[in-house]
Parts: sequence; C-alpha cells; structure tokens
Amino acid sequence: MTALDTPIVAAPARRTAVRRAREGGVSGPLFVSGYVILLLAFGVLPTLYAVFLAFTNARGQFTGLNQFLRVFQDFRFWPSFGDILVYLVFWLLLIVILTVGVAVVLRSRMPAPLSAAIRFLYYIPGALAGVASVLVWLFMLDPSVSPVNWLLKGLGFDTFAQVLAPGHLSLVFALIAFWTGAGGWIVVMYGALNNIPQEVLEAARMDGAGPWRMALHIQIPMIRKWIVYMAILAFAAGTQLFVEPQLLQTASLGRVSPTWSPNQLAYVYAFQHGDFNGAAAISLVLLVIGLLGAGLLVTRSGLFKVDEQ
Amino acid sequence: MKRIIGPAAIAVVLIALLAFFVLPALWLLLAPTKTAAELTSDSPLSFGSFANIGLAWQHLTSFEDGVLFTWLRNSAVYSIGALIVTLITSIPAGYALALTKFRGRKLLLTVTLIVMIMPSAALVLPVFLELNVAHLIGTAWSIILPFSFYPFGVYLVYIYFATSLPRELLSAARLDGASEWQIFTRIALPLATPVVGLVAFFSFVGNWNNFFLPYLVLPGSDQFPIQVGLNQLLSSTPSFNPVAGAGLNITSPELALAIIIAILPVLVLFLFSQRTLVSGMLAGATKE
Repeated sequence: MTALDTPIVAAPARRTAVRRAREGGVSGPLFVSGYVILLLAFGVLPTLYAVFLAFTNARGQFTGLNQFLRVFQDFRFWPSFGDILVYLVFWLLLIVILTVGVAVVLRSRMPAPLSAAIRFLYYIPGALAGVASVLVWLFMLDPSVSPVNWLLKGLGFDTFAQVLAPGHLSLVFALIAFWTGAGGWIVVMYGALNNIPQEVLEAARMDGAGPWRMALHIQIPMIRKWIVYMAILAFAAGTQLFVEPQLLQTASLGRVSPTWSPNQLAYVYAFQHGDFNGAAAISLVLLVIGLLGAGLLVTRSGLFKVDEQ
Repeated sequence: MKRIIGPAAIAVVLIALLAFFVLPALWLLLAPTKTAAELTSDSPLSFGSFANIGLAWQHLTSFEDGVLFTWLRNSAVYSIGALIVTLITSIPAGYALALTKFRGRKLLLTVTLIVMIMPSAALVLPVFLELNVAHLIGTAWSIILPFSFYPFGVYLVYIYFATSLPRELLSAARLDGASEWQIFTRIALPLATPVVGLVAFFSFVGNWNNFFLPYLVLPGSDQFPIQVGLNQLLSSTPSFNPVAGAGLNITSPELALAIIIAILPVLVLFLFSQRTLVSGMLAGATKE
C-alpha cells in the first residue's frame, strides 16, 4: 500500500512504440460488464433523461431552451445561487487557509506524538458527516441549550431565531461543513507535506530560511496540486448543498426558506409543483457545474493518469 | 519579541480549533445523561446520571412502537446490500481496467474519473426522475442499486492492481495455460484484500450517511434508513417543533441519544481508520 501513500506522481514513463496485443481477450469486457451496467443505469441514463426532460414540456413536446428561461426567471432561482456563492466563499476560505496552515504547523513545529494526537482529535467529527452534524450544530447554535450560549449571547443572539436569520445561514453551513470535513483534509495535507523530500527542506534551512519562509516558499508551493484538488472537490460538493438547509428548514418551523439552495429549489419543483421538467432544468445546471469541475481536475491537474503505459 | 508572539498565536489558534472540533462531540456524548431541563440549567459539560440514559432509551425505543430498530435495520440492509453489489462489480472492473486491454478501456476510465469527482448529489434528482418513470420508487432496490454504483471504488481497485500486480506475472500464467478466470480468482483476488477493505470502508460510510436519495425515493416511515428517521425525530422534538412535538416524549436528550446510535457504526470504523482515509484520499488522485 505504500504506493497509495505517496501523492507525488512520477513522471509518466515513455510510451512504448509497439502496442501490445490485446491482453486478456474478451475477459476485459466481461469483467467490467457489471460495473458498466450500473454506470449506464445510474450515471448515463439519468443524465440523458434529465436532458430530455429539460428540453421538453409535460406533454413531451420539444421546447428548446424554454424550461431554462422559465426557471431563470423564477424569483427564487438567482437568490438560491447567491446563497450558495456566499457559502462557497466562506467555506473555501476557511478550508484552504486553515487546513493548509494547520497541516504546516503540525508537520514542522511540533513533537510527533502531540501532532498525531491533535490530527486524530480534529478528524473525529468526520464520523458525524451528514444529518448528525446538522443536528449537533442545531444544539450548538440554540442559545437555550448551547454549551457556548455565553458566546452566542455575547455576539447578540438571544434566541434561536436570531441565530438563523437569513443573512447568517451561509456562515452557519460553512461552519458545519468545516467541522466535519476539515479534520480529514488536514490529515491528507499532512500526508502530502510528509512526502516533500527531506533534502529539499535541509537545503532551504542551510540557505537560512526560517519557518515562515519555508512554509510560504517551499512547503505550500510543493503541495499546491493537493490544495487545488481539495478546493475543486469542496467547490463542486458545495454547490450541491441540500441536507443542511433542508434539515434547518424542518427545525426552524419554516423560518428558513425552503428554497435556500438550488438543489432545494429543484426538490420543490419536483415534489411540490409536480414540475419534473423545471426540476430537471435546475438539476442540469448543477450537473454541468459539477462536470466542469471534475473535467477540469481530470484533464488539467496532472493528478490523474488514465494511461499507464 | 517576535519569537514569543509567533508560537503563542499559533498555540491559541490550535487550541481554539481543538475546542471547536472536540466540544460539540463531547457535549453530544454527555447530553443523554441529563434531562431536558438539566440540559438548559446545568453546566454544559457536566455528567447527569446513567438512569437518565435509560429513561431516554425507553422514550426513544417506544417512539412509534420501536420504529428506531426498523430504521437501523433498513440502514444496515441498504448499506450492506449496496456494499456487496459494489464489491462484486467494482473489483473485476478495476482489475480489468488495470490489467487487460480492450476497446473503450480509456474512455471507461475517463468517464469513471469524472463521475467519481463529480459530487454524487448532482445525480440524485435525475436518478429519482428515472426511477419514477420506471415505477421503481419505494422499493429497497431503488436505494441499493443506485448506491452500488461507486466509481471511486472502481478507481481504487484500478490503482491498486496497476501498482501492485506486474503484467509479466499474468503473461507467465497465460503461457502456462491458465484461463482468464483462473488468473483473476487465483492470482489477483488473493492479493486484493487491502483494497477490498478500502473500498468497503468508503462505500459503507458513504451509504450509511446518505440522506438525499432515500429522502426523495422512500415514501413510508417503515422504509426509512436511520438518517431520514433522524429527520422525522427532529420534527417530533418539541424544542425545535413545539406544535408537532406536543405530547411526545422526544426531547433533546432523546434526540442526542438517537444521533449517537445513528453514528455508532461509522464512529467505530473511523476510530480505527485514519490511515485508511489518508491512503484512500491520496490514492483518489495518484498513480505511479
């Protein structure tokens, strides 16, 4: 498994001039068949069906871009993307600055056992991903039960309703996402830092670089790929926010808008208006954002190789 | 002066983060030991009594005639069912992508990578629309089969075989007259134990925590997995929903206990898996 622990990708070996004969005969296609069926059924087909729905109306007639124009004109559409955008700014700033910063400190300025203990404690909330994390934070943010109600009251929040004022939600969701996700990423960044060759760090130290310059000019640039990887994954996942606002909406007696995020708006289209064409149009917009992020990372980052020869 | 302020500031940030990450989890563990009244009046990190845990357990298990156990069983069926189908499909697929050649191999690998990086939530509503038109809504398979589609698992297996099993070994076996099936079952599978564990961990954790798809697809409470069940408990908790919660025994300690029960399987896996997580996440993007 050592190969899996090293994040630095070796320079691709030169392509052999002569192509090998087809190895494995027909067994290759047979071995992938089960997975390909699932890929078609739950990856390709739903995408195609969503495309079909988004370009037709309820009677199945082709309507061009009308469904898109219709959802774009919905008064809830742009605000939901605005919400997500503010959330993404908070979330990306928090995760990039703090995970990288903490990983550098834990790697270079700390006795190993202490560093390991801290990484482990930071990582534990990851087990509470999803619904559990939102419920825990409902308690944390409700001044009547919160263990830090002195802090909430100090910030001027006396009731749960004040905490959940519309303007605060982006930050609340960013905090929840950071609570569950950051620990895992700190561990990953730490692993990436570990793979910087010791000689490089030695050489910099000989040149008189202090810890700050070392971090800014050597360590962080050398794990840049991983930071980009994390940021794109966090961005793509952030656009899809659903569970958090949906649960908060349940818990706040409807004070939180049921269409806070784009995915929630698509949900409302499908389940409350019975408008599957509109829901498909919104989903498709989100799908394209996800595809763009993924495509960029796969083709441009150099982190992935599809051809090992 | 600067030499003292720097480390001190760093220590403050690390300790503040420690409190941020640990306190909510600690509070959650202590919450069921207190009554709802004690939760608001006592100091936040105090321990109540074991009797209160028993009481919360009684209230929780009597909620809708023990529906909690049904939710947990459903979660187990969905997660483990999907895990089995994932392993059956992804291990041969990753193996074939790494060690055989066939037309479309590179395309399949690229598509797998893209779908793996794309957040799975992006496909949930389209999958729902598809299941709806195929009249599959509300069955266990409508959860298990979409969960089973796990491109990240295929990629992990692909990376593993591509880096740990030399092609020459397979060529030698072929020369000795071994069939492709024999090569797979006798040479590749025995070597695959570590990657099976890796795929199983990520697949199980992801499926167990999934909320979106079951929330859309399953109509009845007796079919809910625990995550969707928690949502129902939440709307029955008076402190968050005084109207619907009136007359029920589900208060904050019961809800906290339900959260602990819901995360227990994943928490146990997490406590022993930090290394697994790193190697998996780094493997998500490396290949030597």
